[in-house]
Amino acid sequence: MSRKRSDYRSTFYSRIENFVNGREEFLLYRPTGRTEAEKLESLEAELTEAADLLDKREEQQRIQDHTEPRDFLKRFHKLYGVVATLVCLTMMMLLMITVSWLPRFGNASNPANNEVIKRYIEKGQEETGAVNIVTGLILNYRGFDTMGETHVLFVAASCVMILLLIAEGKEKVSRYANDRQLEPKNDIIVQKVAGFLVPAVFMFGIYVILNGHLSPGGGFSGGSVIGAGLIMYVSAFGFKKTERFFNEHVYKIAKISALCFYICCLSYYFYMGAHGYDNHIPLGTPGNIISSGLILFINIFVGTEVACTMYAFYALFRKGGL
Amino acid sequence: MSFIENMVPLSIIICLAGGIVCSALKGESARRLSIAIIFANVIMNALVLFYTLYTGSEFVYVMGKFPAPWGNELRAGSLEGLIALFFAVIMLLSVVGGIRGQDDDIEKDRLNLYFVMINLMMSSLMALVYTNDLFTAYVFVEINTMTACALIMIRNNGHTLVAATKYMIMSLLGSGLLLIGISMLYTITGHLLMPNIKAQVSILMQMDEYAVPLTVVIGLMSIALAIKSALYPFHSWLPEAYGYATASSAAMLSSLISKSYIFLLIKIFYRVIGMDVMVGHKITNILFIFGIIGMIMGSVTAIRQTDIRHLIAYSSIAQIGYIYMGIGLGSTAGMVAAIFHIMSHGASKSMLFIAQRGLVEVSNGSKNFTDLKGSGIRNKLAGVAFTVGAFSMVGIPLLAGFTSKVYFAEAAITAVRSKMWIAMITLAVSTILNAIYFIRATISIYTPRNMDYRDEDYRPSRATGIALVFYIFLNFFLGVMSYPIAHTIEAGLRVFE
Repeated sequence: MSRKRSDYRSTFYSRIENFVNGREEFLLYRPTGRTEAEKLESLEAELTEAADLLDKREEQQRIQDHTEPRDFLKRFHKLYGVVATLVCLTMMMLLMITVSWLPRFGNASNPANNEVIKRYIEKGQEETGAVNIVTGLILNYRGFDTMGETHVLFVAASCVMILLLIAEGKEKVSRYANDRQLEPKNDIIVQKVAGFLVPAVFMFGIYVILNGHLSPGGGFSGGSVIGAGLIMYVSAFGFKKTERFFNEHVYKIAKISALCFYICCLSYYFYMGAHGYDNHIPLGTPGNIISSGLILFINIFVGTEVACTMYAFYALFRKGGL
Repeated sequence: MSFIENMVPLSIIICLAGGIVCSALKGESARRLSIAIIFANVIMNALVLFYTLYTGSEFVYVMGKFPAPWGNELRAGSLEGLIALFFAVIMLLSVVGGIRGQDDDIEKDRLNLYFVMINLMMSSLMALVYTNDLFTAYVFVEINTMTACALIMIRNNGHTLVAATKYMIMSLLGSGLLLIGISMLYTITGHLLMPNIKAQVSILMQMDEYAVPLTVVIGLMSIALAIKSALYPFHSWLPEAYGYATASSAAMLSSLISKSYIFLLIKIFYRVIGMDVMVGHKITNILFIFGIIGMIMGSVTAIRQTDIRHLIAYSSIAQIGYIYMGIGLGSTAGMVAAIFHIMSHGASKSMLFIAQRGLVEVSNGSKNFTDLKGSGIRNKLAGVAFTVGAFSMVGIPLLAGFTSKVYFAEAAITAVRSKMWIAMITLAVSTILNAIYFIRATISIYTPRNMDYRDEDYRPSRATGIALVFYIFLNFFLGVMSYPIAHTIEAGLRVFE
């Protein structure tokens, strides 16, 4: 007598065994109690059915490839769009209604007009040495936040590098050779205009950075002006001429030294501040170029970092390397 | 001021500097530098933890010349020290454990960029733990989001690009909602510093002013951080991101990145809005319900998976549900259980991801269970580690997962009656569901098949082995020595208020 029952396959134990072996899904399994002959018959029927189904599917696939998605999918997409729009509209309504409950903008009795703002406005110039209160606020009072914000740019440049950097090899050579397939090469008009404009743009960028503590502007805005100047130079004269003064090596040195000096300066400032020591940074006379202590230097470091990042984005998108 | 207090800002700044230096180094030396920096972080945060335990109080580190409402400051209590130490340890183990995976999955000339990202991720984690200012938190949330995308997509294939795009869209949605919430809160309170906001919020509650914006702010912040930490209905980015990233990235994503957002949410609960206000606005009930749904749905979906990475990923959704269930109980006991589960899940899940890689190596590179059969015999240590991790997730006694389940049950018993029944029943059902897929996976890797995959030249990575031994030890430690840890969490929460 065999130890296995004839209907062994449909027993509970065999199902668990199959499930453990990963042969079939425990939850999806449907037991059937049929005799051998019936099973054969149904198997044949299934086979022919499957063959028919396969033909049908192929045909459908062919149709589907050439035409639009089926009705069901279409309806689903429509419904999806409608629901998504409704959710967005509800969210917008909700936020609009909330805004109408907020205190009126510019009112003197608003909660935001408290002792924090008062000290920034009244004592800002005296304590930071910066005529531009905003620069004094972001680079001195809340220097730690701005340090994080500068590193956001560094992360962004590194992310783009991960995506677009091309490894050494054949592709790199070809990309470098044809880096301007869709643009005119050595356009005389662009070159003449750039010859006038690029020095002016550089000068303006340096002006904005150096006057960050005196007038509106600072490292972030001045750095992006210089970056725009670099991009203009590249698009007029090509990478070969640019790399005479700004190549990967210079880029790395400029960026890394700027960020490292930035971190060193701020660490010193944090350490001295936290321990209550005098930090020996002269604030100078407000209104002079060389005044306001660390702010001027931090503006220069941030400006360098931002200019490098802007140029790196352009170069990476255009030829996949610096 | 003690010397040890300097460790708090140093742990953030050293990582930022490390990231910058790594971008100039070659891959191998960048890795050595990063491991050294993370190891230094482990030591520094351990010092901070013991110092705060020794003094029994918190301390504030002023970042610069100007004190807090005007300048920035960092704050460290014993809870922050514990979580920071835990994050640093897990980071170290997942970097060391995934060395071979990094070499195989990442192109040589990008390896240094990977460590740039790891360093900046580490700095953002430390900053999120130690921050005492909502805007600082937002800045580092931004860094965290971008580095997480990079960690996913650095393994350059189609799947990871799709996963990174999905992650980026969902995560940026979360960041946007968080930013709107923070700016609204600033408009109605006039502060960004956490204790000042809390004082102002309690005044607003007493005078019954700005009730509508406050409710919306609480909702926005909770939903934003729930999206970023993959609570159930917002989990769609998770399986692909965990399933295709390189092993150490997946370990970090599951046990550090989503956990740091949950810790920020707990901080907002206790230090920004105030627990009583949060419970009064019933936001805990909403998080409780979604946590409960997540516990069941994550496990049910995990049962259907035939891919080991996806199984672990869907199990993460269930575990995130547990944590939100604990937060949703709205009591201190529930919060202690949730924070303990942050740790026990972090220790087990990152171990599963690292061990999984060792199993896949000896199975012809396939992640399917039919090919993985017998892999536990072919790579013994990875098999043992996977088993320990799986048992811990199921909740076998002596392991970390069991202890956190006990804490959850204890917290549920003291909760409101309706919540108690729901929580207890779901805990039981979810444990059984966990057992179904994890025990099946364990039996599967120990079924002696596929012996032709055995390669005589194969040597398991030594670094992975060391990391796995430490992981196993950590799991047993959390399971057996849970009392002092839970005590520290409770004491930390008491200082938190």
